[in-house]
Amino acid sequence: MNIKMVMRIQSWILLIEAILMLPPLLISIVVHDPEAVRGFVIAILIAVAAGAAGWYLTRNADRHFYAREGMVTTGLAWIVMSLVGCLPFFLSGRIPNYIDAFFEIVSGFTTTGASVVPDVEILGKGILYWRSFSHWVGGMGVLVFFLAIMPVTGNNNGFTLHILRAESPGPEVNKMVPRMRDSAAILYVMYVVLTALDILFLIIGKMPIFDAFCIAYGTAGTGGFSVLNSGCATYTPFAQWVTTIFMLAFGVNFGLYYLMVMKKFSAAFKDEELRQYLLIVLASIVLISINVFGRTADTGNMNDTVRNSAFTVASIVTTTGYSTTDFNLWPNFSKAMLLFLMFVGASAGSTGGGIKNVRVLLLLKNLKRNAHQIFHPNEVRIVRMNRQRVSEQTLNNVNSYLTIYVLIVIASVLLISADPGNFSFETNFSAIMATVNNIGPGLDQVGPTQNFSIYSGLSKLIMSFDMLFGRLEIFPILALFMPSVFRKNH
Amino acid sequence: MKIIVAGDGKVGSMLTRQLQAEGHDLTLIDNNPDALEQTIERYDVMSVEGNCASMEVLRNAGVEDADLLITATGEDEVNLLCCMTAHGMNPKLHTIARIRKPEYAESTYTMRRQFALSLTVNPERQAAREIDRLLRYPGFLKRDKFANGLVEIVELRIDEKSPLNNQPLNQLTNIAHCQVLVCTVLRDGKAITPSGDFVLLSGDRIFVTASARNLTLLLKNLNIATPRIKNVTIAGGGRISYYLTQTLLKEGISVKIIERDRARCEELAENLPGACIVQGDVSTRDVMDREDIVDCDALVAMTGLDELNVILSIYANNFKVPQVITKLGRAENLEILNKLPVGSIVSPKELSCNTITRYVRAMKNKSGAAVTVHSIADGQAEAIEFIVKPDTRHVGHMLKDIRLKRNVLIASITRGRNILFPNGETTFAAGDRMVIVTSGDTIIQQLDDIFE
Repeated sequence: MNIKMVMRIQSWILLIEAILMLPPLLISIVVHDPEAVRGFVIAILIAVAAGAAGWYLTRNADRHFYAREGMVTTGLAWIVMSLVGCLPFFLSGRIPNYIDAFFEIVSGFTTTGASVVPDVEILGKGILYWRSFSHWVGGMGVLVFFLAIMPVTGNNNGFTLHILRAESPGPEVNKMVPRMRDSAAILYVMYVVLTALDILFLIIGKMPIFDAFCIAYGTAGTGGFSVLNSGCATYTPFAQWVTTIFMLAFGVNFGLYYLMVMKKFSAAFKDEELRQYLLIVLASIVLISINVFGRTADTGNMNDTVRNSAFTVASIVTTTGYSTTDFNLWPNFSKAMLLFLMFVGASAGSTGGGIKNVRVLLLLKNLKRNAHQIFHPNEVRIVRMNRQRVSEQTLNNVNSYLTIYVLIVIASVLLISADPGNFSFETNFSAIMATVNNIGPGLDQVGPTQNFSIYSGLSKLIMSFDMLFGRLEIFPILALFMPSVFRKNH
Repeated sequence: MKIIVAGDGKVGSMLTRQLQAEGHDLTLIDNNPDALEQTIERYDVMSVEGNCASMEVLRNAGVEDADLLITATGEDEVNLLCCMTAHGMNPKLHTIARIRKPEYAESTYTMRRQFALSLTVNPERQAAREIDRLLRYPGFLKRDKFANGLVEIVELRIDEKSPLNNQPLNQLTNIAHCQVLVCTVLRDGKAITPSGDFVLLSGDRIFVTASARNLTLLLKNLNIATPRIKNVTIAGGGRISYYLTQTLLKEGISVKIIERDRARCEELAENLPGACIVQGDVSTRDVMDREDIVDCDALVAMTGLDELNVILSIYANNFKVPQVITKLGRAENLEILNKLPVGSIVSPKELSCNTITRYVRAMKNKSGAAVTVHSIADGQAEAIEFIVKPDTRHVGHMLKDIRLKRNVLIASITRGRNILFPNGETTFAAGDRMVIVTSGDTIIQQLDDIFE
């Protein structure tokens, strides 16, 4: 284990984070919010001091770097980033408990959007901006950003692939162009352009400019922190439709956008994962619209019904977690549909969470093949995806991913069920689904109009780690707890 | 530049390492997914799995907007087919093919024309030429020529008895009685760019710039005995042995080849009249004794096994064979091997990589490109030859007024047929050929890159 190089990248991340905290600091200064200014200034100083010290101490780090270093770097970076990123909340006194502040920023970086703040409107503009901006940073990933700006010198730069693979979601992550730096830059350029479009349309939709930025950050990262206590319910229907469309757009594999930029439209639209994703979205909107029509105050007429169902489906399937309506009041079938969508999630290579459509697709294809083989044991069949063969290794990885995912869900549900608050099973189960899949709101007592402050500190820590598990797809965080990763002879 | 490398073998991965460090966008094609996975985890490159001669695979690798295709698969025919197909898909594409079968050696010119190849490389033939050059001046571990052969950088090992042992470098000219310049010292596996008061120790390997005319004088004054080589023993009858023997026989040197495989022996005997071909396994003590492999002026260990080659060389060195040359197929463990008395090391793949790198540099930068590139000091340093242009920076300035980048050294300046060994007062002018030695991570692609 090359600890020095791992630490060197942590130092980079801290310095980048210090720069990212400058815009919210500026906003706090402009709106005359002395507590927030103090919080940001101290946090930036700590980040710079720790980053510079780490940078100096690791100046002679050698560059040997393999998969486990990539995992540990990524897992650690997200924890370090969160430990420092929550300081503005804590030091400004807006979230006086450190664990609460940690939960809040982890929820931000992992693009979950689960909040412990009952009244977000009193947080102040600077803090609100940082909260939403953390979604944007966490959506595409701060290490990917690091890869885009990292100087390329000398040899052995292949190690960057381990970082990309550890941070980007999906079973098979690869570069789009030969150079990692170009690949990462392409991702960020597409990300910035799409976000800018979103902001533009929201402003056209009469959303206040500050809200438009924050909501667009949450949409782009598929996060879900809102700046109003009412979520997105009071924005114009146009702005809600814009958000629905952009949420869905950010749940698509960015590799497909690159194909479209390269004018390979047919390859992009023939992508099996995209087709499954769109099918699930459409089917869910139709089924839920029929189910909820006329059942609650928000779904009195056809227009509102379709808008609210579409918004909620988009919000849940892309694991964003915005709400225009309290879907906790919806009939049970719709709530069950939403739980199913939580599980499936968005596409690989997008900013969304969940199991990912491609994994579900591969699991089903593998299952179909294996079932077929029970009756025709001698027939040789292979699993294909987009007409390419999927290696047995990949299928195995998907299977183990599902297994470990289920184990984590079960263990977490068990642990938080022991919470002294003694919440209902629906609350606990949906809370874990909402955090491990990076969605945000769950059902019942953690529903869209509620928040996570009811849980004890320990439960919040467990859920914080669930969010990290979900965002980084388990293994980078798991690596930090595996003694064999750090042992010398392994 | 966008470069596609077909074949992720030894040469392919070495090229990948070199070319990606020089800032090119590389895509590798191979049909072995495991080899590709290993390479993309080490280097910042992309990979495509499949047969490189198929259009679909080439298209996936982006041949349509690539600048250069290098084919280095194990099969000459596949290399040719790949270059031909790719050229059909993108007529602007430059193509380099590795053609190594001796049967095709004669037809490379025709192939180049018919398949529109930009360059063909034959690692074994190049290695044979390199060994031949070494055999002409026994005593040097390695020779690299520059400025049309006027200047050479030669490698020497300092041992206990060397007159240079414990001497500072500024005494070198007095001891050697001719103009020479030490550009790199390899000590404990590290390349050092030395200054005048640097003291040489036994065990150091030094890389010396000298004029080709002075090589004999240099050897004599440094007490390195150089009797002319009259007979050579070659262990292993591979392709290099075949090319080498052809050349040596022409020069009137007698050659004995020891080869294990009976059929191969017969083939060699048929194609190399005049050479002595012996069937036997050189790894056995029996054969070593029977053939008395150490009773020769030079032993060249060129079996297919690197380990055996190293052992043979150590054995030959023990018996004081004047010149020992070791062929290494994989050049990964050079630092360890160089502590052992294995004589000169020749690595065919490194030679062909150098040739290809040179072509790539010339392509990238048509005007200011390097004329010659040689990697020295186990690949830790590079000697590069440039021609000074009228618009090169600092033309006409004295060297003492110019700040060079760290780890960069001007090894020689050739003006017409005169060789200048630079000091503070030296200036350079348009048309001069300049040899630059650089170590470390500094990448020099054109002459202006050497200035701070």
